[in-house]
Amino acid sequence: MTMSDIGLWSVPLAMLGGAIRVSTPFIFVSLGEAITERSGRINLGLEGTLVFGAMAAYAVAVETGSAWTGVVAAMLAGAGFGLLHAWICSFPKVNDIAVGIALMLFGIGLAFFFGKPYIQPAAPRLPAIPFGAWSDLPQIQAALSINVLFLAGIALAVALWWCFKNTRAGLIVRVVGDSAEAARAMGLNPTTVRLIATAVGGAFAAVGGAYLSLYYPGSWNERLSSGQGLMAVALVIFARWNPLGCLAAALLFGAAGALGPALQSAGVTQGYYLFYAAPYVLTLAIMIATSSPGRALAGAPGELSITR
Amino acid sequence: MTAASTTSAPALAAPPTGGTLETLARRAESLVIPLGALLVGLGLFSLFLLALGKSPAQFIELMWRGGFGSWFSIQNTLLRAAPLLLAALCVVLPARLGLVVIGGEGAIVLGGVAAAAAGHWVAGLPPVAVIVAMALAAMAIGGLWIGAIGALRHYRAVNETISSLLMAYIAIALMNHLVEGPLRDPASLNKPSTIPLTAAGRLGAVPGTDVHWGIVVGVVACLACWLLIEKTRWGFAARVAGGNVRAAQIQGLAVGPLIIGFCALAGALAGLAGMIEVAAVHGNANASLAAGYGYTGILVAFLARQSPLGVIPVSLLLGGIAAAGGLVQRRMGLPDATILVLQGMLFILVLLSDTLYGRFKIFNPDRWGRAP
Repeated sequence: MTMSDIGLWSVPLAMLGGAIRVSTPFIFVSLGEAITERSGRINLGLEGTLVFGAMAAYAVAVETGSAWTGVVAAMLAGAGFGLLHAWICSFPKVNDIAVGIALMLFGIGLAFFFGKPYIQPAAPRLPAIPFGAWSDLPQIQAALSINVLFLAGIALAVALWWCFKNTRAGLIVRVVGDSAEAARAMGLNPTTVRLIATAVGGAFAAVGGAYLSLYYPGSWNERLSSGQGLMAVALVIFARWNPLGCLAAALLFGAAGALGPALQSAGVTQGYYLFYAAPYVLTLAIMIATSSPGRALAGAPGELSITR
Repeated sequence: MTAASTTSAPALAAPPTGGTLETLARRAESLVIPLGALLVGLGLFSLFLLALGKSPAQFIELMWRGGFGSWFSIQNTLLRAAPLLLAALCVVLPARLGLVVIGGEGAIVLGGVAAAAAGHWVAGLPPVAVIVAMALAAMAIGGLWIGAIGALRHYRAVNETISSLLMAYIAIALMNHLVEGPLRDPASLNKPSTIPLTAAGRLGAVPGTDVHWGIVVGVVACLACWLLIEKTRWGFAARVAGGNVRAAQIQGLAVGPLIIGFCALAGALAGLAGMIEVAAVHGNANASLAAGYGYTGILVAFLARQSPLGVIPVSLLLGGIAAAGGLVQRRMGLPDATILVLQGMLFILVLLSDTLYGRFKIFNPDRWGRAP
């Protein structure tokens, strides 16, 4: 038995590493969706924002030679998509769910359109911190090589959780999300608050995209996203609109997503596709268990169109 | 209710009063506003092309030539429109009850797998029986899949938009499992697929064309759905319930069976789309079934303002745009995603135009006589 031959232990290790790698975009996109939904609006278009963010980050990183400039560019682009969504939805009688689907299509289209010349060139990658350097096992080193954005995502989730509870800005977003009329009575403008919340949400989602193109898998192509932006909506429900819950849900979805490839690399060739469905089955089960006619989901913002 | 006011706006018009001119004015609103939105969208897209130094006139000319200009391009358009018709109906039917179902993709892929499996099991029967068995299997599984979403909505108040999206992902995982596992043809190496259908299970072309029968099935389904919604008592009940659930319940309408029935029918049609993809295009079921028709169907349904008759021209329009994509790509050096950008712009503007309904006096005869 050689050092690197650790048999079936490679499955949990690969899952841990996979969970950390795969979950980072989930953390950012679900936190972005959580902020937007807390303000009473649902943005189903984050998939488009994420894909465009991935393209923008990669293109700018190629052009400037700096991965971090790419991340900033993605955030600006994401905020732009968020503003567009919130502006369109601010008109009366416009359906926010459908606008999200339209913006998803538009964002993906623009990303593929402008991203065509950037499929070939290589961009600088985002740095990772080798927390596994103490070990001789390459599996452990691989699993514990952690990207800075993962740590930033954890910090962001904690910060948001604290802000929603303890700050004036957090309170304003929650009031607008629970009752636009109460917010108006307090002298707040729900449209402005939602504009800001959706723009910030878009910027976060775009960071998730930047992670995809600049770190893992670390290239730009048209099959880069596997629906992380769409799954954000399910994640946020799963997390009960709580930023810390988003973090946990992102890790869980990441681990479940890593289970298939991990089993495959360990020699299991049958049935692992069903594990891909595990997070969705779980989310659906939780929705069925906790919904009931006559009342909204616990923890749901009162103004949210999907829970009424 | 989710978006009942916007998605079913034309569903429950007030009983017409006055003469033909008044009726015409009311009808014109839901035709003029979306057409205007499409034109504005095309204008914005022209500005986008101009900003890139391309000619909008050449783009429109190539669109026409590639989508509708010749018999060859018309056939190409019809082929691309065929799956969109049924996929869009899967959105339209629940929308008439005020439900936004966006998971038709799930019913399509499972319908395709069910059809391929059924076609293999009954391969010995006469060709007509094989096709009918495949269609029934696909419609049954599709109907169960989306019908379950309606049942969850009615009995447990589970939001149908999210649950249908989740179920679509589950369906795709299930399809991958079945195609790579229990139903896999051992001979399919690079691209795991089910065992190929025999000739009896294949749908051919409409005589005199290269277009398969899917387009005919789709158009007939649109007409049937229009009859169902506009001319039957179930359709009337659905329109009442889509306008106001509580009022419908007070009227004694059985809202539950309506919701589940409409959702199941919608899913059956999407399943049929999957069966046609298998029987007419692929010849077996594989991952190509998840081609995104379910999602383009959402676009078609909203552009058609949830009208089954409107679905026909919109599907042809989007099919034509898709058919012209290759020509535009070759002649103008534009990436193939140009089509997606155009679709996205048109979609956004049609949704934005929802805000204009009821704002123009010319479409509202009740306000004609009054002073401004």
